[in-house]
Order: sequence, then C-alpha cells, then structure tokens
Amino acid sequence: MNMRSPLSRARGLGSAKSGTDHWWMQRLTALALIPLVIWFVVSMIIVTGADHAAAVEFISSPINSVLLILLIVATFIHGQLGLTVVIEDYIHTRWLEVGLIIAVKGAAIFLGVASVYAVIAIALN
Amino acid sequence: MAEFTLPKNSKVTEGKVWPKPDGATKVKAFKIYRWSPDSGDNPSVDTYHLDLDDCGPMVLDALIKIKNEVDPTLTFRRSCREGVCGSCAMNIDGTNTLACTKYIADAKGDVRIYPLPHQSVIKDLVPDQTHFFAQYREIEPWLKTDSQTPERERLQSPEDRAKIDGMWECVLCACCTTSCPSYWWNEDKYLGPAILLQAYRWLADSRDEATGERLDQLEDPFRLYRCHTIMNCTRTCPKHLNPAKAIAEIKKMMVERRV
Repeated sequence: MNMRSPLSRARGLGSAKSGTDHWWMQRLTALALIPLVIWFVVSMIIVTGADHAAAVEFISSPINSVLLILLIVATFIHGQLGLTVVIEDYIHTRWLEVGLIIAVKGAAIFLGVASVYAVIAIALN
Repeated sequence: MAEFTLPKNSKVTEGKVWPKPDGATKVKAFKIYRWSPDSGDNPSVDTYHLDLDDCGPMVLDALIKIKNEVDPTLTFRRSCREGVCGSCAMNIDGTNTLACTKYIADAKGDVRIYPLPHQSVIKDLVPDQTHFFAQYREIEPWLKTDSQTPERERLQSPEDRAKIDGMWECVLCACCTTSCPSYWWNEDKYLGPAILLQAYRWLADSRDEATGERLDQLEDPFRLYRCHTIMNCTRTCPKHLNPAKAIAEIKKMMVERRV
C-alpha cells in the first residue's frame, strides 16, 4: 500500500533538468534534413542507371562526400531521438524500456559510423 | 508494454433500460456510464429517456432531472451550472466538455455520457482528481517574490496584464488533460495541458520573480516534453482556451534562456 502523499507522488524524483537539448536538437536536425534530403533524392535520380565507376566518382567529389556524411549524421541523430521518445511513451516495462533505448542509441551509433566510414573509404580510395 | 485493452473488470456491459415518460412527444435517450464501487459488478451503460419538452436545454439539466425524478443513485459532480466552476466535466458524445454548457441538441442521436477518459472512477461520472490537483500544487501556482513587499499593490502595466489573458480563464476542469494521449500513457510524470497552461500563467506574469526557478522545475523529458503537439487539448477546451500554445511558449522560453 502506497501511503505517500499525493504531492509526494506528483513530485516523484524531481525534475531531470534536461530535455531541452533533446527537443532543440530534434528541431535543428529536422531543419537540416529538409535541404539534405532534397539534394540526396535529386542526386540519386541523376545517377540512376549510371555504372559503378560513375557512382564512385559521384561519392568521391568533395562536396558530395561532405553532404553525404552530413545527411548520415543528421538522419541518425534525428532518428534515434524520435525513437527514444516513442519508446518512452509506449513501453512501460522498465527493463524493456531502458534496454530498447540503449539498443536504439547503440544501433544508431553503429550504423552511423559504418555509413560514414563507407563514404570516406570510397571517397579516399 | 502499453495496454491497449481494458482489464476484465473494466469491460463495459449493457445496463438497465429505463422506461420512456408517459405521453412524451419529444423523447431523447441518454446512455450513461454507471459503476459503483460497492456492488463489485463491471461498469454498465444505462439508458434513460427524457421528454425534451419538459427538460432544460443543457446536458446538465438532463442529468439533474434524471437524478431528481428517475434514478437518485446517478452520481456526478456539479456546482455552478454556468461554466465557471469546472465541476461537471465529463465525456459527452465522444468529447470532453462541461455538461452545463453543452446543449442536448448538439448531440447527434442518443446522448452518450461517460466520465473523463483514463482516470480512476470513484463512482458513475465522478473521476478521481487527486493526482491532477497534486500536480497543480506541484507547480506552485501562486505569486513568488524576493523583493521587499510593497506598501501598496504590485503594479502591472496593461500590456503585461494582457499577457495572462487566455490563461486566467482556465477553470481547471481537466477536460484537456484527460483528452491528451501523452497524459494517458505517462500521467505519473507528465504534467498535462491544464497544469502546463497554469505553469505558463505564472511564467508570463510580470510581477512574478521566480521565472528561472519555475523553468528549472519544468525542464524534464516527461514533465514538459511529453507534449507532442497532438492538439486534443485545444480542440476540446470548453472555455475555448489554447493550452497547446501555452506549452509551446514554455518550450520557447526554455530555448531562449540557453541560445
């Protein structure tokens, strides 16, 4: 039986004094992704049907490789921030909630680093 | 995991159908959620019939008529019957609103009346608002100052006074808060639209000296940032206020003090 007062329950463990970075970063990456995604889609349409050498040449261009890396970084930051919120909203089994959040962040870091490495490896080859 | 089905003892059953009034020409059916903690039965939906020629125009008029003349066990909160006390908040025709300002004629077909969603029910249409008002207490809804108490009233320009318009009108009926899915899933920590609107009422008050401290208390992934601008709050508010905008203003203040 929980005999804590209603106010004690409402206050809980207090404010985490964070959350604004998360919210602000999600908005900034969303803004960054608008031009980056448009650029990426247009570029992919242009290189459609091109051979392997042309694709390598496209990625090797300094401006393209930099934009690709920015797209990858912004996508994975934005994606993991959003998925974390979804998990916090809907998963209320504590171990599963924390486990999934760690898994999502880990997967985002792994896939992000792997993607950036791929771009650099092709560009500098 | 999130729970998407009701527990066994919460499944709503078909309840009693009360007779139509004799000689009535304009009969309206009211389907009302009933549950009593004493019986141990599942909740049910009772059907009452009223003659609209012999009843006031508002849903609250109908509820009072049923309680007075048909079934005295029907339980609900009400006080002012004119939209300023916030007591008779309930879910009518699928929308949270005040029974006293909702016209019976606005309901298409039968009038379906349920308690506010996702709250523990004490009896029939009476939800347990203990946590809601504890959360209100949590944001310390009073003027906080450190300056010496002035000899006379604290001055406020008409422009600054206008900044709390759209917030002081809130009657804390909890229609918005209980319409919010974020509140349904995380009501233990998320403050919900009504309480955040009240929090902004004090943040926006030019006489208050605790703005930073108030923002510190709100800055939390759950207390404030569970708001995902779903906008149910603004759509349902029976006083036509805009809690979603107040929450957005709080988020802007959070960014403003660090960027």
